[in-house]
Amino acid sequence: MARPKEDAKKTMPGKKNGISRRSALKMGAAAGAVTVLTSRKSVASAIMPPFQSAPTPPPPPEPSICTTFVGSPATRPFLQQLPIPTALQPTNLNPAPTLSANIAGGEAPRADHQRWNEFLPQKQYAIHTKPATVSFHPDLPTSYVWGFNGQVQGPTILEKYGEPVVVRFYNDLNANHTGPGVPEITVHMHNGHTASESDGFAGDFFGTGLFKDNHYVNIYAGYDNSPQTLGDPNEAQYTYWYHDHRAMATAPNTYKGLAGMYWLFDSRDSGNENDTNPQALRLPSGYGVHDIPLEFSDKAFCPDGTLFMNPDGNVPEGDKWCINGAIQPFMRVNRRKYRFRFLNTGPSRTWTHALSDSSMPLTVIATDGNLLEHPIQVSSILHSVAERYDVIIDFSQRNIGDHIYLLNIDDDGHPQFVGEPSPTPLPPGITIEQVTMRFDVVGDETDNSRVPSTLTTYPNISNIPIANTMQWDFIRKNNQPQGLNFQINGKTFDPNRSDHQVKKGTAEIWTIRNIASQSNWTHPVHIHFEEFRVLTRNGAPPTNPLETGRKDVIRMPPGNQVQLFLQFRDFTGRYLIHCHNMDHEDVFMMVRWDIVP
Amino acid sequence: MDRRQFFTNFAKSATCSVSASPGSDFFTNAVFRTHENKEVRFYDDLIKDRHVVINFMYTRCEGSCPITTANLVRVQEALKKRVGRDIFMYSITLKPEEDDPATLKEYAAMYRTKPGWQFLTGRSEDIDTLRLRLLAEHHPAIDLNINQHTGMIRVINDSINRWFMAPSQASVETIVQTIRWADSPKPLAERIRQNAIAQARIDKLQHHMLPTWLDSLNES
Repeated sequence: MARPKEDAKKTMPGKKNGISRRSALKMGAAAGAVTVLTSRKSVASAIMPPFQSAPTPPPPPEPSICTTFVGSPATRPFLQQLPIPTALQPTNLNPAPTLSANIAGGEAPRADHQRWNEFLPQKQYAIHTKPATVSFHPDLPTSYVWGFNGQVQGPTILEKYGEPVVVRFYNDLNANHTGPGVPEITVHMHNGHTASESDGFAGDFFGTGLFKDNHYVNIYAGYDNSPQTLGDPNEAQYTYWYHDHRAMATAPNTYKGLAGMYWLFDSRDSGNENDTNPQALRLPSGYGVHDIPLEFSDKAFCPDGTLFMNPDGNVPEGDKWCINGAIQPFMRVNRRKYRFRFLNTGPSRTWTHALSDSSMPLTVIATDGNLLEHPIQVSSILHSVAERYDVIIDFSQRNIGDHIYLLNIDDDGHPQFVGEPSPTPLPPGITIEQVTMRFDVVGDETDNSRVPSTLTTYPNISNIPIANTMQWDFIRKNNQPQGLNFQINGKTFDPNRSDHQVKKGTAEIWTIRNIASQSNWTHPVHIHFEEFRVLTRNGAPPTNPLETGRKDVIRMPPGNQVQLFLQFRDFTGRYLIHCHNMDHEDVFMMVRWDIVP
Repeated sequence: MDRRQFFTNFAKSATCSVSASPGSDFFTNAVFRTHENKEVRFYDDLIKDRHVVINFMYTRCEGSCPITTANLVRVQEALKKRVGRDIFMYSITLKPEEDDPATLKEYAAMYRTKPGWQFLTGRSEDIDTLRLRLLAEHHPAIDLNINQHTGMIRVINDSINRWFMAPSQASVETIVQTIRWADSPKPLAERIRQNAIAQARIDKLQHHMLPTWLDSLNES
């Protein structure tokens, strides 16, 4: 294939590589560096990212191209223990993070970090986005994936309010990757109160060999109104996740593994069930011990272990159900309470979680990472893509030797394929295809954790003036040509176009509609930046108790209309509203809106 | 046949390969005729190792096709000399019974398309197969309707098997950018050089209001 013109130019002898002394100096100045670049040689050495010199194991070979999918191989249930993603340890980044993008050092272009000097990072993390070979199940061949630090699911970041951090996302993917998925990334931390340049805007993707520093300030929304308390502590949000948001490739890139969790703690949700601070909730604690991430995804496997995707990057609903990257795992539990953080990493499946023992409630304490004012007991949880539900399950009334199964009682028309019987008898009426994992009650253990009847108090929003209103119509038109049929307000995504401008520091009411006559699909709608309150659904206060809490994803079946209260505080920039069915956002059901000063 | 057995049979005839492209098995080597009445085989002559821009249309279409074609004319202009050199444009008729090479030639002349952009007609079975493989919504009922497939532009760089899609009525800038997304990767030093240019442009903008996505700032 002919080389693009730019490359031909570049190889011309005697031609400078394009960085004038003046722009090189400017780059150095922008990066806060003092290096004076005077020769071509020094430019070349300056632009070589230092991490490249470190010895790295050879990357796994590119996966096979698998264009036909019939069904995944059979796998025996409960053969593997629930894996717990690694807790990420801080590091010292070299070169050190800077206010302005360190272009010469290999950072992707971005606006300067907002409020950098106010929230100087106290910790630094490095995440290398790279290909890897992992096993989803011992009965399957290993699979080529993309993982944060090569892990699926990615490492969990455990942090505290009041401690700003920088996470450096390196793109160590193969530039010549040949399968579905695009080796360019932009990482969104969902749904951090994050400045635009660190928010993983869908158009801000960067290629291999580069990195980008995301500055996570870890403050409560409303900082400008009460900086002495880091913002409004009642705006606290605890369970976040991060994933690739590359425009038009979010589904394949995330499906290949680019998703992980990010948890925050503070004096109330302190992550210590023995906390003597009277403010502390003392919820079940200990990462991976009594406070357990459950990251749900569905996959489809070709016979050689390759993850199946359509050639265009569309990801069908998979017939293998994974938690934390393992198919149908088991977990040993003791007779006590546990906190589970349910996350649906998509790309598109909706889960309906329930326990096989209907006498055991699911006690929901947080929706999308926001504590509910009071815990809510439910028998099932409808779980759209990107939603988080923090759930207490109490095994104290079960007997040692009991098995309790976590189920998905609505398979969305795309069932799981197991192909092997359950090694332990299932309760009547339950099939192995419904089971996502098994809890094995194995022992007794002290339980000092509590689930207080009041968890938090929401900010009073009734006196906040509404500066503006906005209506977003999510439409899927069957009679519209492809590429034009997933629309918001009649338009398809274009990162060059901003469809709404909000004044920083104000509040608005947004109406979201999925007009039945123009749409027959459900859309889980996500709004970046701040959590919303659901004022009404279909003209009345929400009847689903799990919608009474603060959220950042709202499920929109056809014919539904909701009114949301939102604030836009502390930062400016470009943000997104989109359908979080990643196959839908990849075909343009996404809109950019801006917060302006 | 139960599902297990079905799978086992499938595994024996698994269509997994290790080349970059799904190849002629997927794209077919169906025979087409160009608007210049040349006979071509789809994969070997049009797709293999190439960076291509494909849309489906028919000359009498009065819906989105005229807008699409007019937009693609401007896209071809914007891509300058790349079209015909390292980017190739194909418009495939959905109604081969109406659109013979002569009709397509007339259509191309009406829009004053330039070399490097070929209009194609062939057997309707082959066109259907390609329409579904290149543009499927992965929804059988929707995919039956041929008008579903006139509003988008498929971009494929077969040498790295990179696929993108653009709404045909998006801005020319956006369509061109989407086509460039499928460019074969440039060396790191070159991308860092381009990033320095992009950063200089970002630095001139105020209040983090970037009017364009970062990658498009790279365009010289």
